[in-house]
Amino acid sequence: MTRWVMIADLRRCVGCQTCTAACKHTNATPPEVQWRRVLDMEVGEYPAVKRVFVPVGCMHCADPPCMHVCPSTATRKRADGIVTIDYDLCIGCSYCAVACPYQARYKTDVAQFAYGEAMPNEVARHDEKRLGVATKCTFCADRVDAGLAKGLKPGVDHEATPACVNSCIAQALHFGDIEDKESNVSQLLAENQFFRMHEELGTEPGFYYLWDRKDEKGVTEARS
Amino acid sequence: MSFGPRPWQQTSWDWRAAGNFMLGGTGAGLLFALPFIQNHSPFPVILALLLIGGGLGSVWLEIGRKLRAIHVFFNPYTSWMTRESFAALLLFGFGISFLILDQTELQYLAAVAALAFVYCQARILRAAKGIPAWRAPQVVALVLTTSLAEGAGALMLMQPEILATSLFAGAVIARALAWSGYWAALKQPGSRSALETAGKALVQAGTLAPLALVVLGAVYLPQAVALAGIAAILTGWRLKYVLVTRAAFNQGFALPQLPVRGAR
Repeated sequence: MTRWVMIADLRRCVGCQTCTAACKHTNATPPEVQWRRVLDMEVGEYPAVKRVFVPVGCMHCADPPCMHVCPSTATRKRADGIVTIDYDLCIGCSYCAVACPYQARYKTDVAQFAYGEAMPNEVARHDEKRLGVATKCTFCADRVDAGLAKGLKPGVDHEATPACVNSCIAQALHFGDIEDKESNVSQLLAENQFFRMHEELGTEPGFYYLWDRKDEKGVTEARS
Repeated sequence: MSFGPRPWQQTSWDWRAAGNFMLGGTGAGLLFALPFIQNHSPFPVILALLLIGGGLGSVWLEIGRKLRAIHVFFNPYTSWMTRESFAALLLFGFGISFLILDQTELQYLAAVAALAFVYCQARILRAAKGIPAWRAPQVVALVLTTSLAEGAGALMLMQPEILATSLFAGAVIARALAWSGYWAALKQPGSRSALETAGKALVQAGTLAPLALVVLGAVYLPQAVALAGIAAILTGWRLKYVLVTRAAFNQGFALPQLPVRGAR
C-alpha cells in the first residue's frame, strides 16, 4: 500500500511563500484562493517572542470529515490517501468547507482575475468546471500519477512531485510514501520529532510538522 | 501550547443556510406537534410544509451549482445532509398524502419524518468538525428542542388547546435547559460573545415571558398565548441565525510544539 504524505520542517521554513506562488502558477487558482499558503505566526510575549512560518493547506486526512459530510460523493479518498474533489459531482453546498478543521477549501462563484480583466494566460487556463464548486489542494495528483506512469518516484523525482515541494528554497517541504520504510518521509519522521495539526480531532492528517531532531535512542526506536 | 492566527468567522454559510434551520426547524416542529391536538384543519399542515419548503428553497439559493441539486441524494451512507433530504422527501410525501386522503395515520408518519428531518439538521451541525460551536454534542438537543418550541409556538397562534399549550410550555422549558447545557459547554470566546445576547433573549423573552403569557392566557386574556408563541418563534430564529452566521468561528491553527533552531 501507498500513502502519500507531506512534511513541513518548521525549523527550515523561512516564510518566503515561494510554495504559495508555485501552487498558484501550477494550478491557476484565482485571486484569494491559496491551496498552499504559509502562515506567519508570532508566538509568546515580548521579549520572548518567536516567529514561526507554518505551511498549511489540505491535510489529506486518513479520516477526512469533508468526505463524510459531502452529500454528493464528490469528495473521495484515493487508495493512496489523496483526497480528491469531482468537479462534475460537487453541488457547491460548502458543507465540506465548514467541516474542514484546516480551512483548506475554497469556493469561487464567479470568475475572478488578478487585474479585473482576464490576461491571456488566465484566459488560457480558466476552467469553468471550478466555478461554484469546492476546490482545494490535490497534492498535485496529476503530476504524481503522470510521474508514476513514467516510472518516476514522487518526492524524489521533480517531475512526479507536487509543485510546492519542488519550489521550496529551503528544502522545508517534503513529499513521499509513508508506508515505505525507506522513503524520504519515513526517514525524516524516524529522525525527527513531529506533530500533526489538530490531531485531537481524530482526522489523522497526512501532513506532518517537524520541530526538533530526536536523540539517538529515539531514532533507533523509531527505526526498529 | 501556542495559538496561531486567531479563529475567524466562517463565511461559507450565510443567511440562506440559516434560513433552512430557522424555517425548516419551525415547520418540522409544527408537523411534529400536530398529532398532539385534534386537528381537523389542513391549514397547519400546509403551513408546516410551506415553512420547510421555504427553508429548503433558501438553502438551495446558497449552493454553487443549483441545477445539480439532485446530487444531494448521493451519499446517505455518511452525510447528514443527504439524510435530511431523504427525510424531507418522506415528510412531504406523508404530509401531502394526509392533505389528500385525510387519514390520521399519515399525519403520524409525517410527524415521525419531521422529527427525523430536524434530527438530521442537528447532526449536520454536529458533523461540522471545523466549527467548535457546531460540533459540540449539546447542539443536537438544542436544535431539537428549539424546533419543537418553535413548532408548538406556531400552534399557539392557531389552535391553543390545553394539550398543545402543555406541549408548548414543556418545549420552551426543555429548550431553555438545552441552551443552558450548550452554553456551559461552549468555550470558544468569539462564539460566546456572539451568542450571549441571543441566549439571554431565549431565556427571558423566549422562555420566562411565554410561560407568564400562557398563565395569563389561561386565567385572563386568551389572546396572550398567541404572543407567547410569537416570542418563542422569534427568539428561536434569532438564536439559530446567530449560531450559523455570527457564532461559527473556526479554531484557527495551533502549534503544540515550537521549532527548535540552532543550539538546544
